[in-house]
Amino acid sequence: MGQTLFDKVWQEHVLAGEEGNAQLLYIDLHMIHEVTTPQGFESLRSEGRQLRAPEKTIATIDHNVPTKNIFTIKDAISRKQIEALQRNCRDFGVELMDHGSEGQGIVHMIGPEQGATQPGKTVVCGDSHTATHGAFGAIAFGIGSSEVEHVFATQTIWQRKPKIMGIKLTGKLQAGVYAKDIMLYLIHTYGTDFATGYAIEYYGEAVSDLSMEGRMTLCNMAIEFGAKYGLVAPDQKTFDYLEGKPRAPKDFKRAVAYWKTLYTDPDADFDYVLEVSIDDLAPYVTWGTTPAMGLPFGEKFPQVSDHNDQRAYEYMDLRPQMDATDIPISYIFLGSCTNSRLEDLIEGAKYIKGRKVAPHISAWVVPGSRPVKRAAEAMGIAQQYIDAGFEWREPGCSACISMNADRVPPGTHCASTTNRNFEGRQGKGSRTHLCSPAMAVLAAVKGHFYDTRLDDQEVPVL
Amino acid sequence: MRPFIVHKGTTVALMEDNINTDQILPSAFLNRIEKTGFGEFLFDNWRYLPGSDYPRKVKAEFPLNHPDRQGASILITGDNFAGGSSREHAVWALDDFGFRVVIAGSFSDIFYMNSLKNGMLAISLSAEERKALARLKGDEQIKIDLETQEIVTPYAKYKFSIEEEWRRKLLGGIDDITETMAYEEQIKAYESKWDEFYAYDAIT
Repeated sequence: MGQTLFDKVWQEHVLAGEEGNAQLLYIDLHMIHEVTTPQGFESLRSEGRQLRAPEKTIATIDHNVPTKNIFTIKDAISRKQIEALQRNCRDFGVELMDHGSEGQGIVHMIGPEQGATQPGKTVVCGDSHTATHGAFGAIAFGIGSSEVEHVFATQTIWQRKPKIMGIKLTGKLQAGVYAKDIMLYLIHTYGTDFATGYAIEYYGEAVSDLSMEGRMTLCNMAIEFGAKYGLVAPDQKTFDYLEGKPRAPKDFKRAVAYWKTLYTDPDADFDYVLEVSIDDLAPYVTWGTTPAMGLPFGEKFPQVSDHNDQRAYEYMDLRPQMDATDIPISYIFLGSCTNSRLEDLIEGAKYIKGRKVAPHISAWVVPGSRPVKRAAEAMGIAQQYIDAGFEWREPGCSACISMNADRVPPGTHCASTTNRNFEGRQGKGSRTHLCSPAMAVLAAVKGHFYDTRLDDQEVPVL
Repeated sequence: MRPFIVHKGTTVALMEDNINTDQILPSAFLNRIEKTGFGEFLFDNWRYLPGSDYPRKVKAEFPLNHPDRQGASILITGDNFAGGSSREHAVWALDDFGFRVVIAGSFSDIFYMNSLKNGMLAISLSAEERKALARLKGDEQIKIDLETQEIVTPYAKYKFSIEEEWRRKLLGGIDDITETMAYEEQIKAYESKWDEFYAYDAIT
């Protein structure tokens, strides 16, 4: 019997242990940031251990970054956390995309931008959205701080092989519908824990059609579907993306030859298969406090079916039978590791069409990384946002996690391109509505949510 | 790692489903560089009255604040516990508050691993079994025995299962890193096979 993509990559990295139990895996790339690493570095020091492979470790500062005045970090504890990472990288010889440097960005932007994320690698990071890197055909997963410490000391990790779910996406996305909507659809339809215990491989013509950016969005939100891993087999788009990147293999031809062997064999079996046609998929907006509490645009919010719904409606101050256009939004956040890549900013800008941000709305654009920010500025995209009245900010996790100065005020409804609409996620009392960058930008210029498919038909693209 | 063999303690129930790590420990408190001191902020947005200054006023109706549940070390909760962010700070907060065991319908994969790494037992039980446990009074002690994989209450016994490898590590309080270092030869073999393949031109 054939092997899946996941099987092939997994097998290559197993150093010890039997399938069905914990196995020791070698880790090719360890991405780190300031929040989940200080404890691990401190333990290395106190135990007198070395960082085994500093050259396979890349650091950035993202979670604590205020994206307006980046060097004004008012919170002394946050500043201390950033300084701790700077010191740890110096002491242990790790390359750091330092605060204010040209390489800085959200940790899941850096790996691909540097070309360090590659097909066939194992990639870990103390961050649940590490699955993003799986878009390149890597086994990439989020880990806790104790596991970070284990990888620091040994460049390996103990893991039990997950079951594998194949999600086949067929058909074509309509204009105004995006990879983000596919994920919000899947999570709404099947639930936030549907893929717990699984690694997801996305495949099918609709996946092939997606850009690397779109694939990253799919993999990024595997975790909101319960899966620690999401991956896509590499193809020519993957190779083209990586060629010429700073950390791409020196012998690129040889690398591509190997990467071309990384696909699921036709006679391989997934543990579970889900097949979805995306032809008629509508854009999504969430109304509640889990990513599963979303709806295709135009549908009315559901009746209260249990105490979870009841609590969500109370927190969000919304009611059954309303629809997305009724949500009184006053904040727009275009950012996060889910949707702040260059393509997201370009796609969002298409919906400005000479219009201005509605007067009652504060709209932020937070590019995922400084390279994205620079590229958008060079292309004139940044100016389009600025002219329309958006705040054009520095890169970071920003109001997706609200660890920094960037927060959505209590009671405020925010159209957000992020991944989690949990209570308080974007700031205490904040009310988050997940959607695509296009939907968020359109909401900003309309003053309320509006169907991205209709807008495409109504206003000629200039 | 702190060993786990037998634990005796009292319970508190928080039966919401899908409690995520942003609820367990809100992100505003993730910026500490230590593993300790997070207990004060456990379920911060649920435990305290909004806007209150230090010393903060607690919400009396929140189960963890009930006078007869003080000192509880076993948390009984709903389905799909601790999804979302990978923050191990959530485990540190539960631990610092005094919990040694969490009993839920199911756990997110990352939290499950984080809890084991800290010697905290994450046990999955059916909704019916958890309902029975949630009915226990604040002063009724129960026993969690990892050796026999049993939960013993004054009224019933429940079996639970845990992967053998982790059971061994927990019972022995075995340090993962020390154990892994015995695989140096295999680690080196991998590196000698792949390091050259992944070599890149460092731009200096």
